[in-house]
Order: sequence, then structure tokens, then C-alpha cells
Amino acid sequence: MIDVAIFLSLLVSGYLFGQFFERKHYRSILEREKNTLHVPLLTLKVMPSALKRCDAALVTGNVVVSVDYFKRFLAGLRAIVGGRVKSYESLVDRARREAILRMKEQAIGRGAVVVTNVRIETSSISKGQGKAIGSIEVLAYGTAISPFRP
Amino acid sequence: MIITNVETIPGKTISKHFGLVQGNTIRAKHVGRDIMASFKNIFGGELTGYTELLSESRDEATDRMVAQAEALGANAILNVRFSTSSVTQGAAELYAYGTAVLLE
Repeated sequence: MIDVAIFLSLLVSGYLFGQFFERKHYRSILEREKNTLHVPLLTLKVMPSALKRCDAALVTGNVVVSVDYFKRFLAGLRAIVGGRVKSYESLVDRARREAILRMKEQAIGRGAVVVTNVRIETSSISKGQGKAIGSIEVLAYGTAISPFRP
Repeated sequence: MIITNVETIPGKTISKHFGLVQGNTIRAKHVGRDIMASFKNIFGGELTGYTELLSESRDEATDRMVAQAEALGANAILNVRFSTSSVTQGAAELYAYGTAVLLE
């Protein structure tokens, strides 16, 4: 009986807090994406031809996010019938956009006009731990190009 | 030291290649952070402690790579790549590698 009560309260608090944090995070992501639109990101290895000389520097952004109890429960159910695990999709999407934004903010801090050769890497840092934390790390890195400063 | 993940920089030419330079570090997380993380595991969200840990470790891997390049007499590292792998339970390896060159 107590086990069931604990399970249900974890599920409910996971759902409520998880939804709350996710909405809050998405709001902040959308706002920051709008504010940083003036610096384009390229995944190509090209340099802006308009610049004869420029400064280049590596910029990185990383984030580790964890899945909440409710989502893990949903994913567990999903694993039985198969199909799209929607609850995890938003988690990974959120993490990736956050990492990209952090990289972009670092680039803007250096006075960059463009970030080229952006690479995004995702890794699970809790692999093989069985029931332990389902968390992933996303790293975004690229080369920030800023006008030459003597 | 210029570090980039592209192959050329406008206005600069590569006068000498020194080849591959690399740096790595393996870090384990500590128990305090793990306990905090297990709370976060119920509510979801960012694990700030881990984010910091991994970014510090990556900086260290980069520093080791830079030290190696400096020892060779290079002034830039081009085409830098990062990779992460979990070696054992609870420990991650952060690895950075690139090509050390002399730019003029």
C-alpha cells in the first residue's frame, strides 16, 4: 500500500514539476533564440568571403539534462508496445537547443558575426547504470568569426 | 594560441604542420552531486553540477592539448574535435584533438 502511494506521489510530482520546468525552459529558449537571431550558425566549413582578415576562436556550449519520473514511466510503457517516444523527444530537443544557445551566447560575447562549422554531439552519461539517472549531455561547438582587431 | 575547428583562417597562412595534438581527462562524479542528481531525476531538468563538471573537464582536456601544441612550437590548433565516452560506470572520458600548426 505504502509502495503504491510512494509510486503515485512520485509520478504526480514528476508530472507537475516536469511540465512546469519544461514550459519555463521552452519560454526562455524561444526568447533567447529570438534575441540571438543576428548571429547565423553554419554547419559548413566556409569562411565569410567579405572578411579579408578575421579572428577565429573555438566556442562551446554544453548542458546535462535529466528526464523526470513521469516521462520515464511513459517511456517504459512505450517500450512494451513500441513506437515514438514523444516524452523523450522534447527532452533531447530542449537540451540541444540550450547547448546551441550557450555556444551562441559565448560567441556573441566575443563579438562574433557568424559561427561556422557547428558540430553537435550527444552522449548518454549514465549508460549501463541500470535504473540510475537517465541523463544526457549535449555539447555544441563551432568556430566564432569576428572582425579582425589589431 | 588560436583554437578553431575549421581548416583555414582568412589572412593567415600555414607555414608549418606539427601533426596531431591531443588531450584527455577522465572524471568521476562525486556522491554529493549524485544525490542532488537523483532528486532532479524525479522532477526533471538540468543537472547543473554535471554540466559544470563536464565543462571543467573538457577545459582541462583542451588545456592539455594546448600544452602539447606549445611544446611543439605551434601557435594555433586547427580542426579541433571533441569526443566523450563512458569508460566505467560513473566516469566519463573527455577527449580533444586537433592539428597543431604555425600560422603567419
